[in-house]
Amino acid sequence: MEFFAWCMIAAGLGMGIGSFGTGIGQGMAIKSAVEGVARNPGVSGKILTTMMIGLAMIESLAIYVFVVAMIILFANPFTEQVMSLVTK
Amino acid sequence: MTHPFLFLQWLEQQLHTHVGEHVTYTWFVMLVLIIVAFLASRAVKMIPGGLQNFMEVVVTGIENLVEETMGPKGKAYFPLLATFALFILVSNLIALIPGFYPPTANLNTNVALALTVFVMTHIVGVKEHGFHYFKHFMGPILALAPLIFIIEIIGHLARPLSLSLRLFGNMYGHEIVLMIFLALVPFLLPVPMILMGVLVAFIQTFVFTLLAMIYIAGALEEAH
Repeated sequence: MEFFAWCMIAAGLGMGIGSFGTGIGQGMAIKSAVEGVARNPGVSGKILTTMMIGLAMIESLAIYVFVVAMIILFANPFTEQVMSLVTK
Repeated sequence: MTHPFLFLQWLEQQLHTHVGEHVTYTWFVMLVLIIVAFLASRAVKMIPGGLQNFMEVVVTGIENLVEETMGPKGKAYFPLLATFALFILVSNLIALIPGFYPPTANLNTNVALALTVFVMTHIVGVKEHGFHYFKHFMGPILALAPLIFIIEIIGHLARPLSLSLRLFGNMYGHEIVLMIFLALVPFLLPVPMILMGVLVAFIQTFVFTLLAMIYIAGALEEAH
């Protein structure tokens, strides 16, 4: 049963680490975008579009971690093996 | 960890047909879009009013976005991109109504959409450039072509993966967060999450459509 406890810990810690880096990356992207708009408000539309694409690209890192966490929690491929070992 | 009650799924269980909830709700979204399109274009007037006015604003907005991102050549792909945008937007937004399940919160729907984009980019590329389309994969220096080719292939294969997983992760994550908040404190606490869901629905539609546009535009342009 310790296996499942470690699964929970892995999913939680992984999500934390994944969102940590993503947060820093998105913050830097938004910082640059806001600086650009403050210097030249005329191109705010174009900057917004580019920023959105960039943010989506950065965000997908956190989304991958989320998908992996969900696989660990709800669709763990090793569950049956571990259960058969435990009941043996 | 899904909705406690889905009315189309209940209906499907009464009929004893084994269709997944994402399929039934995809049919529902298709039905909604077809009915709205029919009602909006049934009596087209010079001075639009009501539903026709609203749909004209939506379609013109998407058309401007396509022309801005892809240039005049992109006009030919407007029907495909507008269909993506409307379908994903409506699918994302029905998640906010109780008893509805967004088809985009299932990986199968998103893989279908992303593979359509993936196949479309290569069809467009071959149609536009013929055999010279393979220069897109070669890079600028001929001596380095075998190396660049492998990297480019991996890059192209990562496109449908990232497109589908991004949409899936966002929508499914929102569903799960909503369900957890609903289980913890059902009173008023999920409301900010639902508001964030509206934002996520629009942004993800925008991102998916924009990336599809950029991929098709990348296949259209000349190899450097």
